[in-house]
Amino acid sequence: MSTSSETSTAESQSGSFGGMQVRSDAALNTVSRLSVRNLDFYYGTNKALKAINLELPDRQVTGMIGPSGCGKSTLLRVLNRMYSLYPGQRAEGEVMMDGRNMISPEVDLNELRSKIGMVFQKPTPFPMTIYDNIAFGIKLHEKLSKSEMDDRVEWALTRAAIWGEAKDRLQTSAMGLSGGQQQRLCIARTIAVRPEVILFDEPTSALDPISTLKIEELIDELKRDFTICIVTHNMQQAARCADQVAFFYLGELVEVAPAGQMFTAPRQQKTQEYITGRFG
Amino acid sequence: MSNEMPDHIVRSYDEQLNRVRDMVARMGGLAERQVHDSVTAMTRRDARLAAEVVSRDAALDQLEREIEAFCVRILALRQPMAADLRFIIASMKVAHNLERIGDYARNGAKRSIVVMQQPQLGSMNGFSRMANLVQENLKAAIDALVNGDAEAAQRVWAADEPVDDVYNGIFREMLTFMMEDPRNITAATHLLFIAKNLERIGDHATNIAETVHYAVRGDSLPDDRPKSDTSAYAVIRAPE
Repeated sequence: MSTSSETSTAESQSGSFGGMQVRSDAALNTVSRLSVRNLDFYYGTNKALKAINLELPDRQVTGMIGPSGCGKSTLLRVLNRMYSLYPGQRAEGEVMMDGRNMISPEVDLNELRSKIGMVFQKPTPFPMTIYDNIAFGIKLHEKLSKSEMDDRVEWALTRAAIWGEAKDRLQTSAMGLSGGQQQRLCIARTIAVRPEVILFDEPTSALDPISTLKIEELIDELKRDFTICIVTHNMQQAARCADQVAFFYLGELVEVAPAGQMFTAPRQQKTQEYITGRFG
Repeated sequence: MSNEMPDHIVRSYDEQLNRVRDMVARMGGLAERQVHDSVTAMTRRDARLAAEVVSRDAALDQLEREIEAFCVRILALRQPMAADLRFIIASMKVAHNLERIGDYARNGAKRSIVVMQQPQLGSMNGFSRMANLVQENLKAAIDALVNGDAEAAQRVWAADEPVDDVYNGIFREMLTFMMEDPRNITAATHLLFIAKNLERIGDHATNIAETVHYAVRGDSLPDDRPKSDTSAYAVIRAPE
């Protein structure tokens, strides 16, 4: 990513297009939190990801876009080793974090998932109370006293911007929450174990526009502390949320660029065709 | 918009973009004609044609408003991205440039009506030549937008120098007329403004070319365009 040069180019444009950047403030953090290196992924004999190299900048939002079947969700699933549940699926290459390859069998799966959390397309609250939804995951990783647990639950719900709505009904079933509230609860559950990276797999595609904006605002808020990767079919959402955007096509990473550049002047013809709606 | 791009999946989107393209091309044609007629009216001392130019300017203003409204509508309803976004923004900017060009042409026509009431000052060849040059540039710039041709835009952008040279010549010529005989001052002053208007029109044509280049390529041309308008540094010397 030629972050700094991109920014300076934008500034040196004397034409009034210099201000055209969707997010001109998107001076990308150059410190990488997670590096995907030469990653191949197979569903049986079908190669779904081909030699992917991608850096997730620390405490920035990376948006992944591309048509269905392009590999973006697959990559997300590789990042938290979801595929290991399924026989015949395997990954080759590296997902480096803190000097360790997170997809190698030596890294404990529970440890991996406490470091790299995931939020899914459909809200998936457990059929238990709001409080227990949050406490459940924490108990897997940590031993906390009652008061520490109370504090952690409140912290997670607050960070996920649902404390106000949930604080008077912590002991009621999470299934009674609205879709948008359930999704924020799931985000609270994910951040409760204090991961470093949060993966969002189309987190708002089942939500109404207002709930969607609340999640987007939340993502913006969360990136102060977490490195975020979001897969979305909604291009405008990627434009609104992401600092850098990666475009995938047929299992390949075609282009990765700061969001402002991606949506005004992408370099690759294929990217251009996809984001302007000329595909197929 | 490069030509090798396939069509949009949503056909009505292409139709709307084509409509913008058509409107800008129409506006460009109208602006060219205004520039041409404005100078022709002056060189032929045709007050009726000059009056026509003045009255036709409203049509350009109207077209600019239509283009702007339509582009705003597309921005709101389609959320264009990348090349489409650049094309829409460029169209709005080009329409604005064309509207300014129209204003200069109208102003020149108004002034030429005054000039016609004065004795002829020298030949009008410089004006005709300047008008031809800026019209060529204007036409090439609009064609570049319609055809998505960044190279053509860059040629226009670099071709403004001869316009400046002719302007410098007219500037010195008019100063000489005024120094020779103060009764020339009215006509010479108006003619100077007319020449300056033409020179400004040439600048707007290069602006259009820059905008087209951005729309097609996604990057901007450098700041330092070749220029040779030196009249800002000219000194008037008293006659010997």
